[in-house]
Amino acid sequence: MYIYDSIDRTFVTERVAEFRDQVARRLSGELTEDEFKPLRLMNGVYLQLHAYMLRIANPYGTLSSQQLRRLAHVARRYDRGYGHFTTRQNIQFHWIKLEEIPDALADLAEVGMHGMQTSGNNVRNLTTDQWAGVAPDEIEDPRIWAEIIRQHVTLHPEFSFMPRKFKICVGTAAHDRAALRIHDLAFRLHRNEAGEAGFEVMVGGGLGRTPFLAQTIRPFLKKRDLLSYVEAVLRTYNQFGRRDNIWKARIKILVHDLGAEAFAKEVEAEWQTIKDGPLALDSAAVAEIASRFVYPDYEALEDSPPAFTAARRADPQFDRWVDNAVNNHKKPGYAIVTISLKPEGGTPGDATAVQMDALADLADRYSFGEIRIGHEQNLALPHVAQRDLPAVWRALDALGLAIPNIGLVSDIIACPGLDYCSLANARSIPIAQEITRRFRDLDRQRELGRLHINISGCINACGHHHVGHIGILGVEKNGEEFYQITLGGKADDHAELGALIGPAVPYAKVADVVEDIAAAYLALRTSRDELFIDTLKRTGIEPFRDRIYAAH
Amino acid sequence: MPLIENGRIVEDRHVRVGPDDPIPERVPIIVPAQRFLAEADALIRRDGSLGIDWPNDRRVAELEPWLGHLALIALNFPKFKDGRAYSQARLLRESYGFGGTLRATGDVLRDQFHFLVRAGFDSFEVKKPADAAVFAEVLARYSVYYQPGADGRLPAARQRLQSDAAPKISEAV
Amino acid sequence: MTSPLDRKIKITGPVVVTANRVADGVVVYRSPDGGWTTKLEAAAVATDAARARVMIAEATADDLRAVGPYIAPVELAEGGRVRPGNLRELIRLSGPTIDLPVTFGI
Repeated sequence: MYIYDSIDRTFVTERVAEFRDQVARRLSGELTEDEFKPLRLMNGVYLQLHAYMLRIANPYGTLSSQQLRRLAHVARRYDRGYGHFTTRQNIQFHWIKLEEIPDALADLAEVGMHGMQTSGNNVRNLTTDQWAGVAPDEIEDPRIWAEIIRQHVTLHPEFSFMPRKFKICVGTAAHDRAALRIHDLAFRLHRNEAGEAGFEVMVGGGLGRTPFLAQTIRPFLKKRDLLSYVEAVLRTYNQFGRRDNIWKARIKILVHDLGAEAFAKEVEAEWQTIKDGPLALDSAAVAEIASRFVYPDYEALEDSPPAFTAARRADPQFDRWVDNAVNNHKKPGYAIVTISLKPEGGTPGDATAVQMDALADLADRYSFGEIRIGHEQNLALPHVAQRDLPAVWRALDALGLAIPNIGLVSDIIACPGLDYCSLANARSIPIAQEITRRFRDLDRQRELGRLHINISGCINACGHHHVGHIGILGVEKNGEEFYQITLGGKADDHAELGALIGPAVPYAKVADVVEDIAAAYLALRTSRDELFIDTLKRTGIEPFRDRIYAAH
Repeated sequence: MPLIENGRIVEDRHVRVGPDDPIPERVPIIVPAQRFLAEADALIRRDGSLGIDWPNDRRVAELEPWLGHLALIALNFPKFKDGRAYSQARLLRESYGFGGTLRATGDVLRDQFHFLVRAGFDSFEVKKPADAAVFAEVLARYSVYYQPGADGRLPAARQRLQSDAAPKISEAV
Repeated sequence: MTSPLDRKIKITGPVVVTANRVADGVVVYRSPDGGWTTKLEAAAVATDAARARVMIAEATADDLRAVGPYIAPVELAEGGRVRPGNLRELIRLSGPTIDLPVTFGI
């Protein structure tokens, strides 16, 4: 993971000092809310229904145990003892007071954390696959490139007041675990025919009122040209993105209106003039950033150590958990452990300060002091020796974090919704909670297999409902909460937007409909091996629609 | 509205000329873009420093033929959230090598000073007198930046490469 | 986004003006004396658009103490008790409809 040097530390400290002054000027009335709002957004401070909300950046979802402990401290000292992990690998605190935020940020700055650009019309948190650096199928660690971009776009003088937010993602694995195509700008690191590593550049993804999947505007970009290309894209967007209508202001609209080809031409024309300037990345510059990424001092271990395999045989629960939540690591003898933040009846993505502290201890003991945050709102311990898996499982189980539901129907992605968010039209968390209660039986969940449910409480789609196998969108009709259901969305390499199955469903009926969808899948699938998403692709949505609306 | 140049409040020597006003002799003037484009030849031949007000929704490429004759280009922030003039400024400075005065006008507030300076502005029509008074202090807020900027400061990457020792890793965060 | 001062204000029932307190974000309601109260029952209730319009204009001008004021519906129950007029206002008054995560030993 990336280790801050004195320059990085100085920068966050100065940022905190500036924000402290801005808060003071707001509280004294020197700044109106109109003047203050963009400034607080640039530090991740939202106003929600009940309180301010502070969103802290976790660049590419990588945290040290020390940082996780500090998040727990913030939760306890300044909030109500818990935090919420988001679909962009960040964390949110929902009960924060504006007058205390400078202190909270100062506490976080000490461990190299901040809320910079987690909101506002600038470049947001850089995300990658949460298995970056440890996944067997990646060609190299994408986080180095994410960090290079992150530094460049932080407090960038030209790109801090863009038409709208801008989300960048860097991926590199054979399978897209980072949802590249729903980003404004995404880079897929891969090898061309000559064996050279470089980036496929995709632009114009984004969900919300008019969802679009990103289009490839350049199949291969040399590593050297990464920053200048980012600059050219952002400059094109900053100049020509619409500013008259908040719903038409993302780059996806510009790409759509111009057409990908015309857009690409505009970018390339700009890029040609700057590509050999100071933004060209020489190997020294890259090595400099890479030098501050530290990697574990792995032991030379063998896969499947006897104690581990014996434990699997002896304990069916442990075995089930390994099957579900443990994945192969690029180093023999190691494993990636996914930690479910989706307990039955719980709020997806929430973790208490107690859990965070305990996870930090586990990370120290078993994962070289490192934790990951995934966009599906689960966490991961990225470097667990296989021989330690039984102990890790027991510890997680004691914390309620070992439910083997990863990727299954109760592993729901949900935004905070109307229980917290001032943008929402309907609640999302209780919908998720009820679904987890209906499907509490793990055997039943395993029977259904991989099945992604995404819930958003409004059209802003922070729950990414468009790309859920089952997408649920809360709307308001005559003061009542209703939910539109879509089927067939996907966030992976074959990304797709879901299709509406019919009229919106009232709050009390949503869980019933999900059960009907599950029943329809079981009836329609050709075999246990045909996943929900594949059955749906084969049959189309009509058979599902028929069954659901026949029942109601 | 106080004008800041060279880090302090100064008198504005420029006369802003409206679309139909007579052009004064020999004094520095700022003319609206439309008028400039319509009367460019005459204005360039005029004895006296020439500046223009350029809107934030027109490409600065249009000015390329005349950049050598312009002493000042005033760019506009209708609302400070509308950041198009930052791109215009950087293009003028870096792509077109404009060496004259770049003035920020419109909704110019203290919290954007460091962005403006780093984008290449060197003249500021500051909206609030209280903000003008703290211009220098505000710029001193940051000692490091990540990107190259027009203020001549070495960006972080260059600072790091220049330090003699191997990159220092401070105690683990 | 249209300013509340410009938007045509039409009300179909009793309303209050509500906002969040600047310093800590707590939900507040405009009170009859031109201040802000956290208690809905102490809020000033408007029953016509003209009154509501005046209240929102004054509240908006009071940027120092409260942020984001808007007009919210209320119900007047038996004995004149004021209650939230929709789910959103209920949630703002009483908090999320879900249990917050249990925090052992804090």
